Amino acid sequence: MVTAAELVASAAFRDGKVAQAFPSFGSERMGAPVTAFCRISTNSIRSREPVAHPNVLLILDSTLLHQMDVFRGLSDQGIVLMNSTRKVEELGLKVWMLQHPEVELYSFPASDLAERHLGRPIANVGMVSGFASITGALTKGSVQYAIQEKFPGKLGELNAQVASEAFDYVSSHPVQA
Amino acid sequence: MSYQRVKFYQTGTFTVGNRLLGEDDRTVQGRNDRTNSLNSGHRACQGCGEALGARYALDAVMRATHNQLVAVNATGCLEVFSSPYPESAWQIPWLHSLFGNAPAVASGVAAAIRAKGKTAIRVVAQGGDGATVDIGFGCLSGMFERNDDVLYICYDNEAYMNTGVQRSGSTPARAWTNTTQAVGPEPGNPMGVGKNLPRIAMAHGIPYVATASVADLHDLETKVTKAMSVRGARYIHIHVPCPLGWKSDPAQTIKVARLAVESGLFPLFEAEWGVVTDRTPIRKQVPVEQYLALQGRFKHLFNPRDEQALEVMQAMADRNIHLYDLLATEPALES
Amino acid sequence: MKQQIEGSQAVAHAVALCRPEVMACYPISPQTHIVETLSRKVKAGEIGNCQFLNVESEFGALSVLIGASAMGARTYTATTSQGLLFMAEALYNAAGLGLPIVMTIANRAVGAPINIWNDHSDSMAMRDAGWLQLFAEDNQEAVDLHIQAFRLAEELSCPVMVCMDGYILTHAFEAVDLPVQEQVDAFLPPFEPVQVLDPQDPVSIGAMVGPEAFAEVRYLAHHKHVQALEAIPRISQEFQEIFQRTSGGLLKQYHTDEAETLLLALGSVNGTIKDAVDDLRAEGWPVGAIQLCSFRPFPSQVLRHAVHNAKRIIVIEKDLAVGRGGIVSSEVKLALQGLPTLVDTVIAGLGGRAISKAAVIDTVKAACLEGLEEPHFLDLNWEAINQELTRQAEQRRSGPTPENLLREMGLSGGKIV
Repeated sequence: MVTAAELVASAAFRDGKVAQAFPSFGSERMGAPVTAFCRISTNSIRSREPVAHPNVLLILDSTLLHQMDVFRGLSDQGIVLMNSTRKVEELGLKVWMLQHPEVELYSFPASDLAERHLGRPIANVGMVSGFASITGALTKGSVQYAIQEKFPGKLGELNAQVASEAFDYVSSHPVQA
Repeated sequence: MSYQRVKFYQTGTFTVGNRLLGEDDRTVQGRNDRTNSLNSGHRACQGCGEALGARYALDAVMRATHNQLVAVNATGCLEVFSSPYPESAWQIPWLHSLFGNAPAVASGVAAAIRAKGKTAIRVVAQGGDGATVDIGFGCLSGMFERNDDVLYICYDNEAYMNTGVQRSGSTPARAWTNTTQAVGPEPGNPMGVGKNLPRIAMAHGIPYVATASVADLHDLETKVTKAMSVRGARYIHIHVPCPLGWKSDPAQTIKVARLAVESGLFPLFEAEWGVVTDRTPIRKQVPVEQYLALQGRFKHLFNPRDEQALEVMQAMADRNIHLYDLLATEPALES
Repeated sequence: MKQQIEGSQAVAHAVALCRPEVMACYPISPQTHIVETLSRKVKAGEIGNCQFLNVESEFGALSVLIGASAMGARTYTATTSQGLLFMAEALYNAAGLGLPIVMTIANRAVGAPINIWNDHSDSMAMRDAGWLQLFAEDNQEAVDLHIQAFRLAEELSCPVMVCMDGYILTHAFEAVDLPVQEQVDAFLPPFEPVQVLDPQDPVSIGAMVGPEAFAEVRYLAHHKHVQALEAIPRISQEFQEIFQRTSGGLLKQYHTDEAETLLLALGSVNGTIKDAVDDLRAEGWPVGAIQLCSFRPFPSQVLRHAVHNAKRIIVIEKDLAVGRGGIVSSEVKLALQGLPTLVDTVIAGLGGRAISKAAVIDTVKAACLEGLEEPHFLDLNWEAINQELTRQAEQRRSGPTPENLLREMGLSGGKIV
């Protein structure tokens, strides 16, 4: 989770932007829901408070959808990318979506993709690439660079493949609800 | 050092000395060029075992290290009587930090020496039983397990003497102190408490552990010198009577120390890497009562006689004699 | 060179360039990434002539450094919160002995109740131990202050703690301009001790000092802090000349010139405060902000000058003098005595509670329009507090307060009956 935020920040930095990423300050217990934040700007970022009103929400663990208020504070025109093998309409969010008609929801099987390439269902790289593809906030090249920087050697190559496939998948599957 | 067995039946002191030894084996105190690391003029009590032990130990280290020594001292009697403002009795580089951190501070000195590549300089840390067995125990254990190149010397007078005689983890069973008074159903320090630091040191598996006493100053010097011939964590536990806290005659400090050894209550031994390698045998076992009778801190055991306590303490001494094989007819000879 | 890097890693990088000779470290969240990185660097041979000791406690850590520093080595460690308090005795000892140790404090709340998140109660608890205390506003400044700290400490023979907000800065991943070895070497010469344990020239260090001279010794320690008031800006200036950026100093000012209302704070919250100031100014409020970098020494004169003609200064602090109120605000009040400026105490961010720009803006408006109670607790859940007070009044055995509060706030389940 923290890695995902850092990858976004690294890629944005590579794109010549200013980026700040940090983990949430909730309980550190293993297995507890973890949130990480990232701000991207063309100006300096001075704020230190958690992101209360995100423009974009990446949900790496969709089992949390009905356990906590994941959408709290999301901008009315926000974008949500969910890690799930289910389609958006199968996630039980019909009511919420009707209440927030301008929000764009995407669903994308990032864990599955990772499992195929890495043997482990780690969703971060896929989700970051998906985010880049949907929003255009990061260039594909920068995402790849950030991945290679973070993961050395073979692992970096495999993750780069995940990123590439994720990028293409999302752009060729308009999965918006 | 080679040993030659000589029988001397003499006065109650160790008059046997330098003349019979080879030049290199003579006590450093017998030389004009001795360093007097702990110089005269300090404020120790008359008959202080610790002052005696410290003087012998440190001068021996100075000889062994060609005067390349830094000493770290814990708070306590030695620190207080040796540095009475505005004077200092120390003629060597000396650092006093806190009560509970001498082992850690010494580890730091050793680390700086390594970082600067000045490895000819050696470090000795020293403290009383309070600083070693109680408050500094955590830091001591840390220094041991890291095997830092420090010789730690504990001067054990079996209580917190500097602060007015309070019980420590080294106070023997049934001894009076100001926090284990001679009142109630079990006067003095309870039975069955206390720590055996030499054996705890051994349990850390460090290169060298030894016990010594001011009753045998040659042996003390030899052990200190031997300790300095190796590198890594080393520990020497020196038994030092305190006339004030033990309520004994200042003129009898060495006699009291010898009785502790000869009764078996304070065994003299050495250990390397966690295993006992040598011990000083007892020529003739002395009943513990003879040792206890010279000290006012045990007087409540005699008036009226507490047979059970005396029996238990005798059993403790006998146990040591058995454990360290102190009465073997042939002394352990070095090959 | 600018790099996107975690705060802890950046600090470790900077410390390594300062050529430390002995480091003794004990792990505690949220400082762990700093000491882990330094441990790796030493083990991999990236820092020459350096010894890294894994010690048995924080008390052991600082004690090791006391010995090493007295032996003439440049020394460093990091800690926080409980660890800082555990070495409290050694803290006073190091300062009293005049040893130029540098230590990072990854600011964290002090328990009970146990809390691993950011506030300044740890550094504040030790504010009078004799250490110089510098607070970093962001990770760039955290990097820069460590380098300046070694200069400052060794120049004055006084230990320095560099304070950076735990998690908020230590675990923030942002762009930092990392210095190179040549720059640091040009700025920081080898350590030349004022006193040192040397067999060629023996001295006794740490002897008892009686009533005849103790006060004088303490005054001289105080004098070092007074000297630091001059040294800190000067070193910051020298830093600027070599590294080409402004960092450190006693305090910084943001739109203070025409401000009628000022905000003052230490550490990372200053970023959020500047955003708030911008928003308020856009609405027409004459607001400015002071970022206090040096807390010890406390720069009273410079502060008086910076406060200028402001009518009010709102001190936002992440600490609480229990039973009393503000710590920073008390010092500000003392510094400003004689001036008509009103000083408000805002206790905020305790135990890691986020301070939002919106809350800062609301507080400024409330202070100016209605006034604030003294002290003012930002974002406190008064309902939960009153419920707990009622419970305590109703029965003697009301149970542990934290558990009760968490239950009241719905953050933990009910009792299993």
